[in-house]
Amino acid sequence: MSKYTLTINQKKQTVDVDSGTPLLWVLRDSLNLTGTKYGCGEGICGSCVVHIDGKAERSCILDVEDVVGNSITTIEGLADKPDHPIFKTWIELEVMQCGYCQPGQIMTLATLLEQNPKPSRKEIDDAMNEVLCRCGTYQRIRKAVAKLVEEK
Amino acid sequence: MKKLNEIKRREFIKVVGLSGGGLFLASYVPLQNVLAKPGDDPKIFTPSVFLKIDSNGVVTIIVHRSEMGQGVKTALPMLIAEELEVDWKNILLEQADADRKYGSQTTGGSTSIRRNWEPLRIAGATARIMLITAAANKWNAAIENCEAEKGFVINKLNNEKLSYGDLVEDASKLPVPKDVKLKDPKDFKLIGKRVHRVDTPDKIYGKAIFGIDVVIPGMLYAAVKRCPTINGKVLNFDGTIAKSVTGVSEVVQISSGVAVVANSTWRAFNGRDKLTIACVAGPNVAKSSEDIHKELVNKSKTDGFVFEKKGDVSKSIEDEELVESIYEVPFLAHAPMEPMNCVAKFEEGKAELWAPTQNPQNARSEVAKALGISENDVTVHVTLMGGGFGRRLVSDFAVEAAEISRASGKPVKLTWTREEDMKFGWYRPPSMHVLKGSIDKKNNPIKFSHHVIAPSITQMRFAPNLPPQNYDIQEGTVGLEYQIPNMRIAGTTIKTNVPISWLRSVYNTQNPFAIESFIDEMAYSANKDPYGFRRDLLPDDSRLKNVLNVAAQKSGWKTEKNLPKGKGRGIALFKGYDSFCAQVAEVTVKNNKVKVDRVVTVIDCGIVVNPDLVESQMEGSIAFALSAALKGEITIEGGAVKQSNFDDYEILTYNEMPVVEFHYIKNTYSVGGVGEVGVPPCAPAVCNAIFAATGKRIRKLPIRLS
Ligand code: FES
Ligand code: FES
Repeated sequence: MSKYTLTINQKKQTVDVDSGTPLLWVLRDSLNLTGTKYGCGEGICGSCVVHIDGKAERSCILDVEDVVGNSITTIEGLADKPDHPIFKTWIELEVMQCGYCQPGQIMTLATLLEQNPKPSRKEIDDAMNEVLCRCGTYQRIRKAVAKLVEEK
Repeated sequence: MKKLNEIKRREFIKVVGLSGGGLFLASYVPLQNVLAKPGDDPKIFTPSVFLKIDSNGVVTIIVHRSEMGQGVKTALPMLIAEELEVDWKNILLEQADADRKYGSQTTGGSTSIRRNWEPLRIAGATARIMLITAAANKWNAAIENCEAEKGFVINKLNNEKLSYGDLVEDASKLPVPKDVKLKDPKDFKLIGKRVHRVDTPDKIYGKAIFGIDVVIPGMLYAAVKRCPTINGKVLNFDGTIAKSVTGVSEVVQISSGVAVVANSTWRAFNGRDKLTIACVAGPNVAKSSEDIHKELVNKSKTDGFVFEKKGDVSKSIEDEELVESIYEVPFLAHAPMEPMNCVAKFEEGKAELWAPTQNPQNARSEVAKALGISENDVTVHVTLMGGGFGRRLVSDFAVEAAEISRASGKPVKLTWTREEDMKFGWYRPPSMHVLKGSIDKKNNPIKFSHHVIAPSITQMRFAPNLPPQNYDIQEGTVGLEYQIPNMRIAGTTIKTNVPISWLRSVYNTQNPFAIESFIDEMAYSANKDPYGFRRDLLPDDSRLKNVLNVAAQKSGWKTEKNLPKGKGRGIALFKGYDSFCAQVAEVTVKNNKVKVDRVVTVIDCGIVVNPDLVESQMEGSIAFALSAALKGEITIEGGAVKQSNFDDYEILTYNEMPVVEFHYIKNTYSVGGVGEVGVPPCAPAVCNAIFAATGKRIRKLPIRLS
């Protein structure tokens, strides 16, 4: 067991976990930040996406010791701004169904739009294709992304 | 540990609105006048189990079905609110625990709206009438001169107003009226509108508590090691190394395997990986997919039990052209995005569970049975769930969590890994279909026969001696509307030791695929357009024919006849769950790869409660069906499921999602089901489109072109 000090949603938090513990479980079990979801544990589904220094990363395959000193943002951090255009568009277009994959979808999109407010269709496709949704909300995600890009 | 409060916390509805639709009925849940009993707060009016109003005017609606993405948490309260005449924005929602007083809570079979359409509106109307009566008595006014609006009763003669809260006490003393009059659909204010989902904000902000997110005081975390083969039994185990893993506190045997209890999920997983267990395969070894296939083939050569018959398909007719094909589909897994999990606390002989279940009453009785306690000592709280698709109708995860809590003496959260979810599921059974038909010299279809061979879920799990006339495998085979003079519909069941269960639309994932593909084959044999061929076989007043015509029209079936090379268009129909659906799919086939470009879907589900929810269910159904058609296959090898995660059991991705064009028929027929109706026609529409594009007929799913 070791202590790690992480910067999560701009707050420093110290956790006492084993090295090699995936960030996902540190967030969920140690810090009760359960908005980051477990879907596959293998980096395949994207339900667990968080931002590491502004980049979308899969927290299920990041060891805790590798993110000490980085700035970590979770869906809860993004939701500190509930009026974020993504949230507003998501509500307006009623994108989600069960909602389980949606934090991963939103976190993935948020970095994409931050890095490039007017991404090309291919850039959007490449990024969003990596996040699975079993409920099949893809068409609405596509519409929401189009709306967000248009409004930029 | 704020989580517990969050679950119990009542949720305020936030709403907006848009367009409309309209009419009438179904089953019945008895209402009860829960008059203030001694010791109760006399100021809560509870005219039915589905709602309560307190003296501050706060209306609480109890949602007794499970929210798994289909929107019942929004749509069911709409039914009550509509009749109650209450401001939608001022409603609180409570998720019901498992309790028979609500009637069925089983969230499956596309029944939530169909079966509650009448009872919930009656519940709302009854409360409204009692509140109006209380006000009229107070004012000494005639009931006809009083009306309810947005939480108030108004005296139309003098515009006097009383809030529902002010009337709670008096209304509670009134007898519950029988035969209340429900609104004329043309007066609906909420039903038919695109009302926003009540649960969106919390879910997208990451605040909503799904089953996997539940935390209760003193809770530990658990993982289960199971025998590698299906139905394997633990002979013995050695938990010494597992116990040495940091944070692991207990290693306990339960009926399905050996559980490791630790102070975090990750440590529970690690401990589980360090367990050594010895297993025996046992007598119920699961046959390989290959062996099951051989058995299906063998049985396909028999006649099967006849479910339905018309004319005589065995008599040969002069100059008839015979068509014959065999279709086959594999096992499928539900794979909801949230893996199985459950929180349980066993204390002083009582169990309390927080379960993401579609079947709360079953979870309650199964847990009671497994623990050997009375159902009254089991409380099941229903959590939000990350998809269900039928998987959460089975209560295995709830039983496991309860057993672990009892064995370890601690409240626990059990989490399955994705691999376990994939390997220890309850699969959609495989099936084979022998289709035969014939066309006469005038190019009219004169014979149609279908023999389905599949394991029966009911027979394997509930009724080994199920009489053949009750075989569940006939779902989707009988009652076809096609007017063909000679028809024979039959079925044969086979046995399997692979756990099988209901997956979104159940045998309608299989039978309509075979039937609608084969009807297409017959259309081509008759040299007819697949749309026109179907249309001419359907009776004139048929709602199915209507959706077919609308789908053909909306998709440009006739007007845009010529698609570029490599593209094709296919059509298919489905009737079930009291609804009707037609879909037209357009595909591009290039280098043996299929891309579904567009699906036009038309549904007639009678009165539409919330068009937005119907639309999203249609989109979701199409994605679900395409995952199965293009990719889904669970194979059994060496007594175990071969697949383990989303890399070898792939589901549809963002880029593979076609454009879905949604249309619904506005009418006043009784409400039909929605959640499953869009699944069955999709695979055959796509396969028919592939035939149109390539001339290659797909008779086996998943689609493999090379
Ligand atoms: S849970 Fe991390 S990618 Fe699936
Ligand atoms: S909304 Fe349910 S998995 Fe995406």
